[in-house]
Amino acid sequence: MLSYFKGYRLQAFLAPLFKLSEALLELLVPLVVADIIDRGVADHDTRYILWRAALLVGIAVVGFGFAVTAQWFSAKTAVGYSAKLKSALFGTVMGLSYRQMDEVGVSRMLTRMGSDAMQVQNGINMFLRLLLRSPFVVFGALVMALIVDPGTAWLLAVVIPVLSVIVAGVIVGCLPRYRSVQQNLDEVTRLASENLSGARVVRAFAGEEEEKRKFDRQNRLLMFTQKVAGHIGALLNPLTYLVVNGGIIALLWVGGLRVDHGELTQGQTVAIYNYMATILVELVKLANLILTVTRAVASARRISEVLAVEPDQTFGTATQGVESPFAIRYEGVSLRYSEGAADAVSDVSFEVMRGETVGIVGSTGSGKTSLLSLLPRFYDPTEGKVLLDGLDVKEYDKETLRRKVHVVGQQAVVFADTVRGNLLWGNPAASDEELWQALRIAQAEDVVLAKGGLDAFLEEGGRNLSGGQRQRLSIARALVGKPSVLILDDSSSALDNATDKALREAIKEGTDCTLLIISQRSTGVKGADKILVLDDGLAVGWGTHDELLSSCAVYREIYQATGGVR
Amino acid sequence: MKGTLRFLGRYIAKVKLPLALGVLTTLVSVGLTLYTPVLFGRAIDEMVGVGQVDFGVIATLSWQTAVMIAVNVLCQWVSGVCFNNLTFRITKDMRVDMMAKLMRLPLSYLDTHRQGETLGRITSDVETVADGLLMGFSQLVSGVATILATLVFMFVINWLIALAVVVLTPLSLFVARFIARRIHSGFARQAETRAKQTGYVNEMFTHQKTVGAYLGEARAAKEFEEINGEWEKVATKAVFYSSLTNPSTRLVNAIVYAAVAALGALSVTGTLSLAEGLTVGGMSIMLSYANQYTKPFNEISGVITELQNAFVCCDRVRELLDAAEETDEPNATRLVSPRGDIDVKDVSFAYDPHRPLIEHLDLRVKAGERVAIVGPTGCGKTTLINLLMRFYDVDKGEIDVDGKDIRTLTRPSLRYHYGMVLQETWIRHATVADNIAIGKPDATREEIEQAAKEVYADSFIRRLPQGYDTVIEDDGSLSVGQKQLLCIARVMLIKPPMLILDEATSSIDTRTEIKIQKAFGTLMQGKTSFVVAHRLQTVMDADVILVMKDGHVVETGTHDALMAQRGFYFTLFNSGLN
Ligand SMILES: Nc1ncnc2c1ncn2[C@@H]1O[C@H](COP(=O)(O)OP(=O)(O)OP(=O)(O)O)[C@@H](O)[C@H]1O
Ligand SMILES: Nc1ncnc2c1ncn2[C@@H]1O[C@H](COP(=O)(O)OP(=O)(O)OP(=O)(O)O)[C@@H](O)[C@H]1O
Ligand SMILES: [Mg+2]
Repeated sequence: MLSYFKGYRLQAFLAPLFKLSEALLELLVPLVVADIIDRGVADHDTRYILWRAALLVGIAVVGFGFAVTAQWFSAKTAVGYSAKLKSALFGTVMGLSYRQMDEVGVSRMLTRMGSDAMQVQNGINMFLRLLLRSPFVVFGALVMALIVDPGTAWLLAVVIPVLSVIVAGVIVGCLPRYRSVQQNLDEVTRLASENLSGARVVRAFAGEEEEKRKFDRQNRLLMFTQKVAGHIGALLNPLTYLVVNGGIIALLWVGGLRVDHGELTQGQTVAIYNYMATILVELVKLANLILTVTRAVASARRISEVLAVEPDQTFGTATQGVESPFAIRYEGVSLRYSEGAADAVSDVSFEVMRGETVGIVGSTGSGKTSLLSLLPRFYDPTEGKVLLDGLDVKEYDKETLRRKVHVVGQQAVVFADTVRGNLLWGNPAASDEELWQALRIAQAEDVVLAKGGLDAFLEEGGRNLSGGQRQRLSIARALVGKPSVLILDDSSSALDNATDKALREAIKEGTDCTLLIISQRSTGVKGADKILVLDDGLAVGWGTHDELLSSCAVYREIYQATGGVR
Repeated sequence: MKGTLRFLGRYIAKVKLPLALGVLTTLVSVGLTLYTPVLFGRAIDEMVGVGQVDFGVIATLSWQTAVMIAVNVLCQWVSGVCFNNLTFRITKDMRVDMMAKLMRLPLSYLDTHRQGETLGRITSDVETVADGLLMGFSQLVSGVATILATLVFMFVINWLIALAVVVLTPLSLFVARFIARRIHSGFARQAETRAKQTGYVNEMFTHQKTVGAYLGEARAAKEFEEINGEWEKVATKAVFYSSLTNPSTRLVNAIVYAAVAALGALSVTGTLSLAEGLTVGGMSIMLSYANQYTKPFNEISGVITELQNAFVCCDRVRELLDAAEETDEPNATRLVSPRGDIDVKDVSFAYDPHRPLIEHLDLRVKAGERVAIVGPTGCGKTTLINLLMRFYDVDKGEIDVDGKDIRTLTRPSLRYHYGMVLQETWIRHATVADNIAIGKPDATREEIEQAAKEVYADSFIRRLPQGYDTVIEDDGSLSVGQKQLLCIARVMLIKPPMLILDEATSSIDTRTEIKIQKAFGTLMQGKTSFVVAHRLQTVMDADVILVMKDGHVVETGTHDALMAQRGFYFTLFNSGLN
């Protein structure tokens, strides 16, 4: 985590230093005032008095300069650090594999980017501002007291360790609680976010009251943990006060005895008392700092856990396939999402020639999506091998692989951006002409024209589009990249039959990619060169439409079902 | 500013008791903190010299201080606890209010605002308010109390000097105010860029998989860097300016201090005749009080600037809470057990006034009829459903249920009687059972399982690791069709009197679909229902088929009649067969 200070090391070092200089300057003030009294007033020297007063102003101005510099450096460091941390976190999350993303969850990452990063920033800022000052003052007072009278000052040597134990205790008590505060915040974020995206469903089921209750419950939980953490933290100040003042009472007795025995003067007792009082004031400030830093540490740990996540996939270096008659080849491939779960795909083998169109059908949850997600390595097979252009997909570097294979998912994704911005994800270098070309193939040209061209703004999630329009834009995005393999995962389910058919024909004509089409309707795959039939993760049929009709019972059922409704 | 305070005041008013107790204990604690040193001073006064220490007096004073310290410690903690309770209660109330608000916001608001930004208001902004309040309460109250108490002490000792100091204090407050005002806009910009960042991050994280599939990490990183850089610039400034208050007031105080020292010294020497008979001792007391008195001012001014940040975020909270709601008519009635006659009379509607969509749509549905809505993509089918459910209100014309304009009905009661399956699946982070029971939270396990069986989801649910109790994480870990089955099961569970299915089975394989159609058939027996479908085969037996094109109804009739017409429907239907 320290590496994010890079570029701010000097500032991080200078900020407390300037702060310290300011504190030191302040110490000069009593000396100057003493001077005014001892020489100016005593000698009735008006000029001297005025000069010294001017010196006081001068000290104040220089001190102000130091303070401002220190604040600037610490603001710069704290915000800069937090910005770098956010960048790193953002990069890490964006680079997570599908499997890892399934695990970490979106809302948890959101709180880390928001609240946790904020806490870290506050912690650093406070730390830099008070880092040298408070310990310096406490230590200085301790030394001074020792110089005045070691015989009494040992009291301080008792008080300070006791305080340390208390501080440590409070930190230990608070740390896990701050953590659970953040965890509860994760949940609150999740609920809020769910209700934003599910507003229609919640309203349709008149579930508002129930949702409010749920949210209220979660917030109560959050409030409870916040309170517990807060109450423990609130102990720090009073306990500090208690211990230091207890020390002072002890001082009255020890000091009193020593004065009585003539080992100490009254003036020295006053001095030691004053040092104790100074220490108290500083410690109270320090206590707040300690709590802020403790919170920051709890948050920093949550962030560093994510930063520490190692990539669970290694990519090869190949940028080209090898000579092979097959574009795609699955060899005894199985996929299990988690230990103990059933196979989502088991022992599937098939091969696809370049430029062929292959349809994949099977009932809901039979593993169609899972099977094809192995090709661009969204997931890796538990067993078996997937070959693309004659080479195991693991041999390719990520760039090459994902440029070769584009997937249009089952659920269309549209970003809050212009149409152009949305399409350019497919290929950042595409020209407008290429974009229109892709839109034409995807049957989305008129949609975009109706919306006002490539610069028309689309709402987040494409909420100002109809379902079919979203799907066609998603398809266009994939086409913009001119992939050699295009996977359409049931991505025309919201299209009417005519558009769907026109789409498939346009892809055939307009591109030369190998096409894998997952479809729920046998009409969607009927014209394919080959059809793979999946059932419960197993490949139960492989062949053309006509072959399967005679050889594969499952396929026949699916086909008849399409007509069976008739 | 005034509005913000009034807004906060509403929340604070709900927690008067802890507030009163917190203020009271703070006052006691400040008084004791200031008074304890006086007793210590007295004790030290007893230590005159060798053999002259009066341990009797010291013992009494020790006892007294010990008691005072104990009380003080207790008060400090209690005030801390009170202010904690207060703050976290207030922020909880705010969040809950915001959630309730979300439920009342029109969908047009939700459809056009970035989710992440709204989310940021509920999370980060409220958090900043909490931080500000916590600091404000604890330091503002104790600061003001300290100032007042010191003032009293000073007036007791020398009212003239006290007066002089009081006259000078507005200077530092003035400086603080000057800076605070400037900072406000800085914080506002910071909050804005932060919201932008949250919006972007939320979207990217949500679609992380898609971005990854398109190798978009680099582009995302670049876009993020832009926003982040902007935020860094703005936030550095805001943090820096806000931290200026303290040094600035300290500077002012130091100058005042120097002036007091000079004037005092000159008075003592007699060069000036401001305060007759001022001694050196008197001057040093005055100086030390001047010092002690200005310190809390310093702290308060710091708090005031930090509070600006809280106020800015508070305004963002208020903005959301003040957004226009979808309110029911004042005399709206509840819809009770409707028969299900639905009359759409000359309805026009457009999302964007410049792009007319639905125009002069008429439709009469008798109770119990099964209506199919078909038409090419983007023709306005979902929009019509948005209108029926009152997710959006018609621009012209009216929609009646049982002869009552739906605008005279309360929205929840209208929606309650419709069961709806949307085009988009929405699964929440919860167990499978809870996901099904969303429309009927008190459903028994048997009912839930029964509903799942009716839509043929039972078998896959049973195969999940914990069956019905399997938690579905963040919308993942199920196939899309399986999610859709769960959405359908929700409707099966509540058995609503009217039904809307917007491509409810689009991601479900045909074999299962047929079975579900049968289940729907039973469910819809005698109930009014609207079914949107692209697979026309699934709606052939509807009582009325409504053929839409570009927001207009172009044909209506039964399947056979429409086929016989050889019109648009005929073309649509045939295009799906080969
Ligand atoms: N919230 C919105 N704001 C602006 N325009 C919208 C909004 N929602 C939909 N539209 C536009 O209104 C038109 C009709 O959309 P609608 O969703 O009703 O179509 P649909 O018939 O359901 O299509 P599909 O079969 O593709 O789902 C489309 O052109 C769409 O772009
Ligand atoms: N990310 C995941 N983690 C764990 N299990 C998963 C995940 N995705 C899918 N599954 C499970 O794997 C099985 C196969 O799912 P898959 O999405 O491949 O089905 P599908 O054939 O595409 O179905 P559909 O037609 O509904 O899209 C299902 O039982 C599903 O619950
Ligand atoms: Mg799938």
